Amino acid sequence: MTAAVLEIDDALATYDPVMGLEVHVELNTKSKMFCGCPTEFGAPPNTQTCPVCLGLPGALPVVNAKAVESAIKIGLALNCEIAEWCRFARKNYFYPDMPKNFQTSQYDEPIAFNGWTEVVVDGETYRIEIERAHMEEDTGKSTHVGGATGRIHGASHSLVDYNRAGIPLIEIVTKTIEVPPAKAAAVARAYVSMLRDLLFALGVSDVRMDQGSLRCDANVSLKPHGSTVLGTRTETKNVNSFRSVERAVTYEITRQAAVLSSGGKILQETRHWHEDTGITTSGREKSDADDYRYFPEPDLVPVAPSREWVEELRATLPEAPSVRRARLQEDWGFTDLEMRDVINGNALEPIVATIELGVTPAAAKKWWLGELARSANESGHDLDALGVGPAEVAEVQKLVDDGTLNDKIARQVFEGLLAGEGTPAEIIEKRGLALVSDDSALLEAIDRAIAANPDVVEKVNSGKPAAAGALIGAVMKDMRGQADAAKVRQLLNEKLGI
Amino acid sequence: MSDLTRKTAAELAELMTSGQASSVEITQAHLDRIAAVDGDVHAFLHVDTEGALAQAKAVDGKRAAGEQLSPLAGVPLALKDVLTQEGVPTTAGSKILEGWKPPYDSTVVKRLKAAGIVILGKTNMDEFAMGSSTENSAYGTTHNPWDLNRIPGGSGGGSSAAISAYEAPLAIGTDTGGSIRQPGAFTGTVGVKPTYGGTSRYGLIALASSLDTPGPCARTTLDAALLHEAIAGYDPMDSTSINQPVPAVVEAARNGDVAGLRIGVVKELGGEGYQPGVEARFHEAVELLTKLGAEVVEVSCPHFEYALPAYYLILPSEASSNLAKFDAMRYGLRVGDDGTNSAETVTSLSREAGFGAEVKRRIILGTHALSSGYYDAYYGQAQKVRTLIARDFAKAYEQVDVLVSPATPTTAFAIGDRIDDPIAMYKNDLCTIPSNLAGNAAASFPCGLADEDGLPVGFHVMAPVMRDDLLYTVGAALESALAEQWGGVLMTKAPELEVTR
Repeated sequence: MTAAVLEIDDALATYDPVMGLEVHVELNTKSKMFCGCPTEFGAPPNTQTCPVCLGLPGALPVVNAKAVESAIKIGLALNCEIAEWCRFARKNYFYPDMPKNFQTSQYDEPIAFNGWTEVVVDGETYRIEIERAHMEEDTGKSTHVGGATGRIHGASHSLVDYNRAGIPLIEIVTKTIEVPPAKAAAVARAYVSMLRDLLFALGVSDVRMDQGSLRCDANVSLKPHGSTVLGTRTETKNVNSFRSVERAVTYEITRQAAVLSSGGKILQETRHWHEDTGITTSGREKSDADDYRYFPEPDLVPVAPSREWVEELRATLPEAPSVRRARLQEDWGFTDLEMRDVINGNALEPIVATIELGVTPAAAKKWWLGELARSANESGHDLDALGVGPAEVAEVQKLVDDGTLNDKIARQVFEGLLAGEGTPAEIIEKRGLALVSDDSALLEAIDRAIAANPDVVEKVNSGKPAAAGALIGAVMKDMRGQADAAKVRQLLNEKLGI
Repeated sequence: MSDLTRKTAAELAELMTSGQASSVEITQAHLDRIAAVDGDVHAFLHVDTEGALAQAKAVDGKRAAGEQLSPLAGVPLALKDVLTQEGVPTTAGSKILEGWKPPYDSTVVKRLKAAGIVILGKTNMDEFAMGSSTENSAYGTTHNPWDLNRIPGGSGGGSSAAISAYEAPLAIGTDTGGSIRQPGAFTGTVGVKPTYGGTSRYGLIALASSLDTPGPCARTTLDAALLHEAIAGYDPMDSTSINQPVPAVVEAARNGDVAGLRIGVVKELGGEGYQPGVEARFHEAVELLTKLGAEVVEVSCPHFEYALPAYYLILPSEASSNLAKFDAMRYGLRVGDDGTNSAETVTSLSREAGFGAEVKRRIILGTHALSSGYYDAYYGQAQKVRTLIARDFAKAYEQVDVLVSPATPTTAFAIGDRIDDPIAMYKNDLCTIPSNLAGNAAASFPCGLADEDGLPVGFHVMAPVMRDDLLYTVGAALESALAEQWGGVLMTKAPELEVTR
């Protein structure tokens, strides 16, 4: 069922959006949060389990020290205070994919709290306040079979995979985000994108949104311009791409505005995001009366990271994103505008990685922004979900550098890469794309061009060598672009004796 | 009855070392005894005949091969059904776990097996250890071998009855509010609750995580100490385990020298509500210790009176969360899974059928106590009381080395007597609960029979955290002094079951 929505401009003409973002990050520790089971993604169901993560009677948790280390690093990178003493708590509720029917999490004593970070949108920097970052365990994964929607309602039965149960999670919660209304959705997207880059740089997570290792819940409410009273919020769960974060926030603004302006009330509820249709639908009604009966986890002892350890970890942090951006811009010699395009296109990390493989900054930017970001935008994918990475870009550029390809043909190779036609070499082979470097074929084409353009030849001969450009163009056209223009010029000059 | 079942664990170990008996013979003798008397006593829920004999045979083989064996290798033991043993049915006394065979060994079982101790089977208990009589077991009540019409105590009534009925020389219990010590007192045996964290909880089906403590049950102080040493010590699988050496319990049990030991009699644990025969035996025991050179003073622990209400908030709160996992999804009883019911309904039907009345009562209590708006008044307040009780102990231990009291206000009561009165039932644990709340070590040792009913009375000793050795010092002193009077340990006065029946 599709709800009525207002146009975004109309919505923002009356209401200011207020957001809060909760991001769940799966850590890339080798073992789970409270047991020794492996954490690799994609193993056959229920093969990475033990009595502890299955919650069997009698089993007990033991905290993964590496996960605590990652949590502290994340807290520090988000400018948080790190608790001198904190505890885990049990969040009690029933769900079949949660083996113990409580989640071991943190409640009023998070490991990291009171932080901030910054995001850049259209060249403007926005500060985001961080409420807390806390440790918890993931649940299992339910698959509902036999229904039309894949949801539990209407399903004939459900399958549960506990491989994911107990994977360490860090939940990062922002304070209320209030930015210029027109920027809200873009700021939400930029925040998640910035977190991805930050967590990647910290090396604490695979940060693969497509595999669920980075998941965003977006809380959105509206209030009339000038009001100081917060509206009722909805929580849109599991928004799993940067673009979807922006779309989901925009959708909720337009939906809530439609409800409010027709005199309706917003229900406090969780909502499901539908990637395909771009809408949210009602999930579970949620109220402040939801009672998880939190209490300190009696099976675990408090976590009390020493200040020395915290400082040791602080010393290992990579430079802050804003500092790093400034340094890279200078190293690369990009203008402010060029750098802004890189950031807005989410292309910073891929460009860094491509340059590390020996490609010049200009060439890396050209391919990532000119070809790949454009294609991602057109197809509605995130840049890292295209299936083309820094290694492929570097390989293509190497072929350009050695004269096998020119830029124009290289674009066709990228087309092939995006279409999944294989490696650059395979695509060149299949599509017959390599530059013709056989002199005889070029010379024949040059002869044809000379024969077809006697007037141009006469101009050249009468002392206007610049006119030869038209002949080069003709040769390239004849060769359907598959020739190295510099080579053509050289041969033509020899032929014409200039 | 075979002579072998009358021996202590230490004597059986000696018989095996000297080649006078094999573990298979000893194990078989106890299996025979179980076959003969357990129909009346009902200490066991599951007897693992094949597994026990195989274990015994393996130990005999190792001994024949000249391998170095631990002190209790080959001695049989009864295991409370709340600890997991791989492949052996484990129910925690509940229908909801009927038929469940755990895929893993608890740490206690791992250590028993490593020590070559032969596990005869699983003993009866109140469902999920909630009770003081075994009457809350889903599988019937255990009978007290001293008087089959009486309860053996609980929740570990099965373990204490098994050793009291000579079905096993040793047993493992778990003590959350007195579940080792109270049955020990009621059956004339020794029951020790080690320091919380001194024995591992890994594989112990949790009742209240912050209170549960596995410990030894035996007919003599030395046997209890030997078993204590075999199962205790740091376990990386249990975060609340204490990473310190095991106190020298065996040495303490062999010495038993109380000369100069400062003993505090807890003023608040006596008087009104205590059976005269219990108080008489208790005070005689205190006098005996004085004669042996102990310095006895009276000590006040003013907050002990709040221990019972605090306990009955903390325990149900933790239990309500610990028992949430029993939802029929992964193991155990499943009711109503006929393809028409939702998962929620199946869970509901299974819990309705699988949990007994006392379990339901405590889940409801705990769920309420943790609810938003009530948490501070109930759970939060109870935790404060807990802190005050720990301070009472700390203050008392500035003056004395150990504290003593009767283990229970009364002797074993008749089956059915208190089953309809939860408060009367809860009061059984008045003396034992404070030690659980503070995490202290504590034990009950036999100190005679009450004049009114001729039933055993327990002498309760409490010692500071990781001073479990002091319990054995007092227990051993008392035991040897009383043995001189009685011509043996108290258990020798127990009725002969085959003769009486």
